[in-house]
Amino acid sequence: MNRIDQRFSELKQQGRKALIPYITAGDPAPQYTVGFMHALVEAGADVIELGVPFSDPMADGPVIQKACERALKQGTRLIDLMQMVKEFRQTDTTTPIVLMGYLNPIERIGYENFADQAASAGVDGVLIVDMPPEEADEIGPLLKSRDLAAIFLVAPTTSNERAATICAHGEGYLYYVSLKGVTGAATLNADDVAEHLAPLRGMTDLPLCVGFGIRDGATAAEVAKVADGVIVGSALVNRIAESQDAPETIAGQLKSVLAEMRTAMDA
Amino acid sequence: MTVSATPAPKTKFSDLTRMPDARGHFGPYGGRFVSETLSFALEELEKTYLSLRDDPDFQAEFDYDLAHYVGRPSPLYHAKRWSASLGGAQIWLKREDLNHTGAHKVNNTIGQALLAKKTGKPRIIAETGAGQHGVASATVAARLGLECDVYMGAEDVQRQKLNVYRMRLLGARVIPVESGTRTLKDAMNEALRDWVTNVDNTFYIIGTVAGPHPYPLLVRDFNAVVGREARRQSLEQIGRLPDALIACVGGGSNALGLFYPFVEDDDVAMYGVEAGGDGVETGRHAAPLASNAPRGVLHGNRTYLMSDEAGQVSDTHSISAGLDYPGVGPEHALWKDVGRVSYVAANDKEVLEAFRELTRMEGIMPALESAHALAHAKVLAPTMRPDQHIVVNLSGRGDKDIMTVAKIDGIEF
Repeated sequence: MNRIDQRFSELKQQGRKALIPYITAGDPAPQYTVGFMHALVEAGADVIELGVPFSDPMADGPVIQKACERALKQGTRLIDLMQMVKEFRQTDTTTPIVLMGYLNPIERIGYENFADQAASAGVDGVLIVDMPPEEADEIGPLLKSRDLAAIFLVAPTTSNERAATICAHGEGYLYYVSLKGVTGAATLNADDVAEHLAPLRGMTDLPLCVGFGIRDGATAAEVAKVADGVIVGSALVNRIAESQDAPETIAGQLKSVLAEMRTAMDA
Repeated sequence: MTVSATPAPKTKFSDLTRMPDARGHFGPYGGRFVSETLSFALEELEKTYLSLRDDPDFQAEFDYDLAHYVGRPSPLYHAKRWSASLGGAQIWLKREDLNHTGAHKVNNTIGQALLAKKTGKPRIIAETGAGQHGVASATVAARLGLECDVYMGAEDVQRQKLNVYRMRLLGARVIPVESGTRTLKDAMNEALRDWVTNVDNTFYIIGTVAGPHPYPLLVRDFNAVVGREARRQSLEQIGRLPDALIACVGGGSNALGLFYPFVEDDDVAMYGVEAGGDGVETGRHAAPLASNAPRGVLHGNRTYLMSDEAGQVSDTHSISAGLDYPGVGPEHALWKDVGRVSYVAANDKEVLEAFRELTRMEGIMPALESAHALAHAKVLAPTMRPDQHIVVNLSGRGDKDIMTVAKIDGIEF
């Protein structure tokens, strides 16, 4: 069983909701990423979304744009992420890892090569922001045959018809984008989210996880009431940005941000 | 003898007229690579456009605006003196520089503004490089009373101060983009971020034949008036079709506009001229096709895309802000692969020479973008006979570039 499915089935038995942190790999420098991942797990992460830095992150707000710039300045490449995951797997064989990013770096190294490397490194899922299911014909089977979950986004603007297609193609979990906008934008409206998640429940058994606009324990707890998982990115990446000159302090800060959310969600 | 079930194509390249397919693909290129939030808006735009594409009332409204607001048809001008001095083929200039707002860009913004009106959205956004598309967007917004925000790379805001001020006079807000390389691609990133946030009330007027489906299709269609006129004018003025067409290619809208109506005319050779910058061999250029850049995905479509081995999009270099883009429209990518068009590059030095030569010999000051096409005409014409004919798309006028050229000449105002 894929680690993502395993993790969600455990959470379901325990009656808990998933906490899913996102960080951009290589930010502020590649040597810190694996340490940050372990710190996130210690603070209660159930799944880790590891961002692949890209020169043109069109769906991201300024916080993650700058994280990409810092990571790229340090020369972080997709193949370096594979090494990071391998290193992480030496001591953590259970926490699922999802690579999240844009298509071009994958297109450049080749779909099959990417799928091979990701599978052998110990990646569990792939979320390509600018690749809707309609464009995933070619890469889909390559991921599936290696037990890599293809995770897709659903947005507030997604029609029911499209949502059904996405549910049919999606694996691992569905990533519901809580608001119209880029990452790190305004705070979400939990009632609005609940309203949009309801029809999705009728279409799929996939866990429904919500991202965009989750800043603190209070918003995380609110979302956890209606969703199966809470995804937090910019709130963590902000801490990395603020302390980029004192990188040894970052892991501790990430832990405290995430632990606050964990506590609020589990209360 | 058996009869084939499917009729043979009319010409070698007939298949190209059936592109894109229903999902916006031009062979392996094109498509709709966007984050989910935009999918709905693109589906809506596609439905709206396909329902109006063959609607006679919509076409009549478009044609009326092109005739009475833009000033079409634009002339096909025989550059006799320049042709004679080059000592080869006769060069004819398709005078898109004479359009209202000074370039072919307005053909597309008129069309998309009509679509914006149909969708009832009160606000338009646009990205711009040299500022011509921004000016054309601000112009149609002023005319329709729509709010207009134009994203422009901070570097280009510096290079194209005159057009920035023109947009502001027209009532548009020009938003300098400081991220990335601070040029056209970054302006497009920022416009996409705006659109994803304000998709309910905003119509995004993309300025070239790139972006997610249906943009490459509709921008091509709106610019194809250039080629339809040029074809008719060639028959009238030359008495036959030209031997060759030349147009500059950044994203490639003026080139597709000219080329598309000739695609099945096998005997008409076509040349797309990309920005060679310091020279394709130096790596400092903006010529993804001529340099055989790898296949990639950016801004919603798959195409030839300048990127490094890790898939990060490369910096580009060109004297002309309008061509300073690492990708190219997906239909051009296909046309390169099937061999319908030859894609070449002209470097900055050759472009400046062509700019000066046309200005002095014909009294026509071309945009630096269009001067790329002229630079290739200088190479091609002498290899042809005087009874052969080349149509060059003079896609825009050079007024906006006077400061750039003056700076190179060491002149300050």
